[in-house]
Amino acid sequence: MTIFKTLMGASAALALGAGAALADPGLIIDLGGKFDKSFNESAFNGAQRWVEETGGEYYETELANEAQREQTMRRMAERGANPVVVLGFANASTLDAVAPDYPDTDFVIVDSVVEQPNVKSIVFSEHEGSYLVGMMAAMASETGTVSFIGGMDVPLISKFACGYAQGAKAVSPDIDVIVNMTGTTPTAWNDPVKGAELTRSQISQGSDVVYAAAGGTGIGVLQAAADADILSIGVDSNQNYLHPGEVLTSMVKRVDNAVYDAFTAGEAGELETGVEVLGLENEGVGVAVDENNQELVTEEMTAAIDEAKAQIASGEVEVHDYLSDNNCPAY
Amino acid sequence: MNDALPKWADIALIPLLNLTLALIVSGLVVGFIGEDPFEVLSLLIEGAVGSADGWSYTLYYATNFIFTGLGVAVAFHARLFNIGGEGQAMLGGLGVALALLYVPWPHWSLALLAAMTGAALFGAAWAAIPAWLQARRGSHIVITTIMFNFIASALMVYLLSRVLLVPGAGGSPETARFAAATNLPAIGDLYALMGWGCVERPIASVCRAPLNIAFLLALLAGFAVWALLWRTRLGYEIRAFGHSEPAALYAGISPTKIIMVAMLISGGLCGLMAINAVMGEAERLVIDPVQGAGFVGIAVALMGRSHPIGICLAALLFGMLYQGGGYVEFDIPAISREMILVIQALVILFTGALDNMVRAPMEALFLNRRRPEPALPTSATRSDGDPKERKVEP
Repeated sequence: MTIFKTLMGASAALALGAGAALADPGLIIDLGGKFDKSFNESAFNGAQRWVEETGGEYYETELANEAQREQTMRRMAERGANPVVVLGFANASTLDAVAPDYPDTDFVIVDSVVEQPNVKSIVFSEHEGSYLVGMMAAMASETGTVSFIGGMDVPLISKFACGYAQGAKAVSPDIDVIVNMTGTTPTAWNDPVKGAELTRSQISQGSDVVYAAAGGTGIGVLQAAADADILSIGVDSNQNYLHPGEVLTSMVKRVDNAVYDAFTAGEAGELETGVEVLGLENEGVGVAVDENNQELVTEEMTAAIDEAKAQIASGEVEVHDYLSDNNCPAY
Repeated sequence: MNDALPKWADIALIPLLNLTLALIVSGLVVGFIGEDPFEVLSLLIEGAVGSADGWSYTLYYATNFIFTGLGVAVAFHARLFNIGGEGQAMLGGLGVALALLYVPWPHWSLALLAAMTGAALFGAAWAAIPAWLQARRGSHIVITTIMFNFIASALMVYLLSRVLLVPGAGGSPETARFAAATNLPAIGDLYALMGWGCVERPIASVCRAPLNIAFLLALLAGFAVWALLWRTRLGYEIRAFGHSEPAALYAGISPTKIIMVAMLISGGLCGLMAINAVMGEAERLVIDPVQGAGFVGIAVALMGRSHPIGICLAALLFGMLYQGGGYVEFDIPAISREMILVIQALVILFTGALDNMVRAPMEALFLNRRRPEPALPTSATRSDGDPKERKVEP
């Protein structure tokens, strides 16, 4: 404890003398855990990439329960980590209370907005990325039915589902979109067996393209789709390589880039606070095309997607965000 | 319980031996991954009780575990294994939220009464259905209560992501914050009142610690459970039923009534946990306010031998493991969250499941020591026990 306090004192003195740029960044991994095959893991990978490329060091900790949020944020800040990156909407109200106590520390929150002068909020336009893969799904479908499998039934996942349904209906208005959620507990993020079951059930209802936004559960969805020889769509990171030629595309959400950029900017002392929306135009979300799926993506699809991207950028097409009113016009 | 051991050995020595064994094995595991077990242990203790901040969090967690531990223990005394504390506490949280969200309470004390009523009623109601099924239909309480945990979690997700959700809150499945007037006095308020700080920023970490007045409620609940079980007719009936159902039946005790009453009290106590976690800490209802405390309550009740004093001590131990564990995880990168879970699991294993491993040799040892006065072994045992302690014997 004494060494700890000396360090704290020293880093506080440094922060006062030379600005916050000399501190190591910190990352607080959320309750899902470091290896959730999804959101947290993506953030962790971003931090690892930063370590490999810069040789720098960072503080990292994993939350084990709700009550630790505030305590851990404060400990990170007191230990001199800067910027402190926290993941997930569940941190928003806590950060709102903690940030004013550490005006010399910058905080970054992913997936939510906190309005404090020393907080950078990063949100993703998942609905726009999902809209694009929904269009591709509708164009690839021969049966006129496509489907969606979400992880835990929370509004954020409905945002994915709603964007997907809108995209599919934009291509063919009378297409059927089946939406299923895996479960209501956090285990729904990591239940590949149930994911596969749901996939088979959707196939029996006629679906021939399935989009999984379900963390580790998605592995089972993609597997079941490949087994039944229908197309699937991955999420978060590029999952095309999992079943080459069977995965139509992946809706990538670059949480890793967000963390990497926050660390890099923090080290250079250039972190800009405020809200940053990572969407189609700055490649925060997007559609993955590589050698594993290029044969599946027709020229027609590419053209339609490029057009939709331009229309979304210009505001001509507005993809409804489920979170704005907890309602989806497309289903 | 048999009389081979004196009371002090039963409630203090055996748990301590179990704990020591658990710590030795944990130390070996820590050693295997190349960390110094003594450093980990000293960090764990320092994190849990080494500062006012640590103490506050330790006691906050302990409060949760006292409530769920008492809940499980009351059911244990009627030989009912209530593993639905998790779901009952979740529903308790719902009761708290409904009591606080829609009524503009002028003062926290009134709000607390309303929230306690809500928490206990909802928790008890969630236990009532499995209890009725057990009493009337013979459906095993273990199966039904654990199923009700899943139903509770589905219900919470439905309510929080569809009904009670604040529109435009960024999609976080949680209710709005409760009004400031309903916030319970916490440790920071005590500091401010006593002039120990916590008035100006930057404030110390302890000022924001979640320890609140619910801790005192938990101790009161412990006393109430003791009084109920050992000082009332109903408590006697519950314990008699737990010892032998046919004998209880013969004595004119209605099994249906005892099963229902014991489970309602058990569910109500588990539900009261939400006073601490939902009203005291989060000040809003989040999707999983319980975070496993319902299951830890089982371990706490086992370790505390279903006696309120034992439960308070066991809850304190688990509070220390939770708080100190987080501290260790923060300071030693090689010790992950899962590693802390392993240590906690070892403590549960040794104190709960492997209890007889220590108990049998100890009983043999104590019986051997008594051999010099062979004439009346039972009366010798009796004279061992302090009369004050003997009153609380189950």
